[in-house]
Amino acid sequence: MRRLWAAVIALLLSAHGAVAAEFIVLQSTTSTQNSGLLDAILPQFTKDSGIEVRVVAVGTGQALRNARNGDGDVLLVHARAAEDAFVREGFGVARFDVMYNDFVLVGPADDPAGIAGSEDALDAFVRLATARQRFVSRGDDSGTHQAELGLWEMAGQAPQADSGTWYIETGSGMGATLNVAVSLSAYAMTDRATWAAFGNKGSHKILFEGDERLFNQYGVIAIDPERHPQVKTAAVDQFLAWILGRDGQRAIADFRLDGQQVFFPNAAQR
Amino acid sequence: MRDLGREILVQSLRQVLPENGGPDSVLTVTGLRSNLSDDLVLDIPRLTLSGTGISMVLGTNGAGKSMLIRMLHGLTKPDAGRVIFTGGSQAMVFQNPVLLRRSVFANLKFALKDQRLSRGDRAEKLAYLLELAGLKGKERQSARSLSGGEEQCLALACALARRPRLLFLDEPTSSLDPTATHRIETILRQVALMGIKIVMVSHDLGQVERLADEVIFLNRGRICERLPVESFFSGPDSAEARAYLSGQLVL
Amino acid sequence: MNGFADSLQLALGLILSGDADLWAIVGLSLRVSLTAVVIAALVGMPLGAVLAVTRFAGRKGVIVLINALMGLPPVVVGLAVYLMLSASGPLGVLQLLYTPTAMIIAQVVLVAPIITALSRQVVEDMHAEYADYLGSFGMRGVRTIPTLLWEGRFGLTTALLAGVGRAIAEVGAVMIVGGNINHVTRVMTTTIALETSKGDLGMALALGVILIGLAISVNALIAGMTQASARQSYA
Repeated sequence: MRRLWAAVIALLLSAHGAVAAEFIVLQSTTSTQNSGLLDAILPQFTKDSGIEVRVVAVGTGQALRNARNGDGDVLLVHARAAEDAFVREGFGVARFDVMYNDFVLVGPADDPAGIAGSEDALDAFVRLATARQRFVSRGDDSGTHQAELGLWEMAGQAPQADSGTWYIETGSGMGATLNVAVSLSAYAMTDRATWAAFGNKGSHKILFEGDERLFNQYGVIAIDPERHPQVKTAAVDQFLAWILGRDGQRAIADFRLDGQQVFFPNAAQR
Repeated sequence: MRDLGREILVQSLRQVLPENGGPDSVLTVTGLRSNLSDDLVLDIPRLTLSGTGISMVLGTNGAGKSMLIRMLHGLTKPDAGRVIFTGGSQAMVFQNPVLLRRSVFANLKFALKDQRLSRGDRAEKLAYLLELAGLKGKERQSARSLSGGEEQCLALACALARRPRLLFLDEPTSSLDPTATHRIETILRQVALMGIKIVMVSHDLGQVERLADEVIFLNRGRICERLPVESFFSGPDSAEARAYLSGQLVL
Repeated sequence: MNGFADSLQLALGLILSGDADLWAIVGLSLRVSLTAVVIAALVGMPLGAVLAVTRFAGRKGVIVLINALMGLPPVVVGLAVYLMLSASGPLGVLQLLYTPTAMIIAQVVLVAPIITALSRQVVEDMHAEYADYLGSFGMRGVRTIPTLLWEGRFGLTTALLAGVGRAIAEVGAVMIVGGNINHVTRVMTTTIALETSKGDLGMALALGVILIGLAISVNALIAGMTQASARQSYA
């Protein structure tokens, strides 16, 4: 019996094992992971610094909540208002712009709501609400979801009233939401990078893009060690310096999907 | 099943006999009472088992025979009364052979586990018990793949492995073929001669005639008569026992 | 979308290519789930056996509760374990969140009720069969447990397999407490979820085929071991 316990403990330890010399946990979003960006750029940082970056990819809302609990060292998210609140309430040290991409509206190629001819983004959202064609929303408090809700509001629409009819809230990640949109021949709003990397497009395509209101800014925030002392401040500082500095910014700019740049670095030069 | 030679039998049994047999009483029951059902109470004011030999418990279905030996063996607690056992060790063989899901050998080993034996003594004892059960050469077989007769012989060998001073059997041969029945009866007769007290429930009057030294006749939860087997068959005192023998007593 | 045949081909290709990442993921899945099942068995089998052979006030209630826990939703277990292990949770100081150990803990919680409930059933059957025999040896109550567990070993193997199946197939709990971190806590099911969310349904299905193959292999292996030990126990 004693030998059995020893074996179990050994197994547990080995399962726990493979501990890298040093690592930080990055709470980030599905868009940065599903597009392949983080897989492409983080190994460069690890190579230069010896610090492994462990990515937990969830919606921006959940990433911020996990970070509030102290689960993680640094955030890479895209919901400006929520990010500012996070810092203001003392959970984060400071917020920095890192990069941007933009949102696009995708839908069935025959475009039954006719949004392709919209004057601007608000017009497109008005047309969607008027046509009552199916629109699939993330519905998960993610950065994309928050941006989408803001656009509906600016367009003077309240689609949540029709939730479950033409307005469909998946409560899931970007990719899962796009899978639903494709299956239902419905419209959806997505960041350009996730769409470019998405493998199940069916006959869907980008129907509206280019309005500056569809601008999608990503920010990085170090979790405040005064609130959560286990945060690995030194390693986080190194990571911030890298991703906001010349090397990190160039890595972001060099990332290509189908030969196309999908993330645009815009950290303030320090 | 191999024939059980007398020489082998006696040799084997020396291995399993209790260390101190004798005429002194081994089990005493006083004031035993227990409700068997709404209208049936097992009521044994006094019962003493002593010496050696085979006592057979007879009675109609539902007379309380099985419950009586379960209580004597300590498997079921009576509602009232005391069962005092002073004989060392006891064992029981059930109507349906109970064997572990292991090999023949492992079953015998399990039965021996409470005895502190040297490796050599144990091997010797196992060999004799195997011979006794008539299962030599089948020791590696799964015990539950044996025939019904072989199973019960193994169960008996397991019971004897514990060197009981007192051995209970609850209709051990009721579903066995004549060969297996004969083997079990041969063993029982011999162990009774050699110092074990046997208490056995049976429905088979032929078996009673062949084996019993005395009969304990149970009717509706009470001991109606207890008498030597010859007297029982030549003419019991009670009307119930007479009716039972003529096949007219029903519960 | 790829058809099933394409995915099967892709799955075969993945296996044959000996892709290191794939094997690391398969290995972690096995390590996490098998460890969880071993621990759950060490807890569940004795607990189930005690429930089978003892009688106490409230026993029925405990049995109903454990039977109900067999259907615990993995997501709820994941959430509960997350709240325990989170840096703000009571066990936050252990820093186990986002590690394989956290995943093992969640799966133990998921699997232990299954093994406990099935063990209780198996041992209760054995108890019905052997209580008198063991009672004849003077063995009663908890003292009969080692013998009854051994006699019920074949039924208990099935309980273990049920546990392995539940552990290796669940995604809800390990996703939350493991975080699906590449090379650290990424297992088969979370990888499948990730590939699905990338819209790479062919790859997701291919991984699903491998997962099913894995489950079959584990079952066959344990069944083989059981048979071998059955043969050996008669030696």
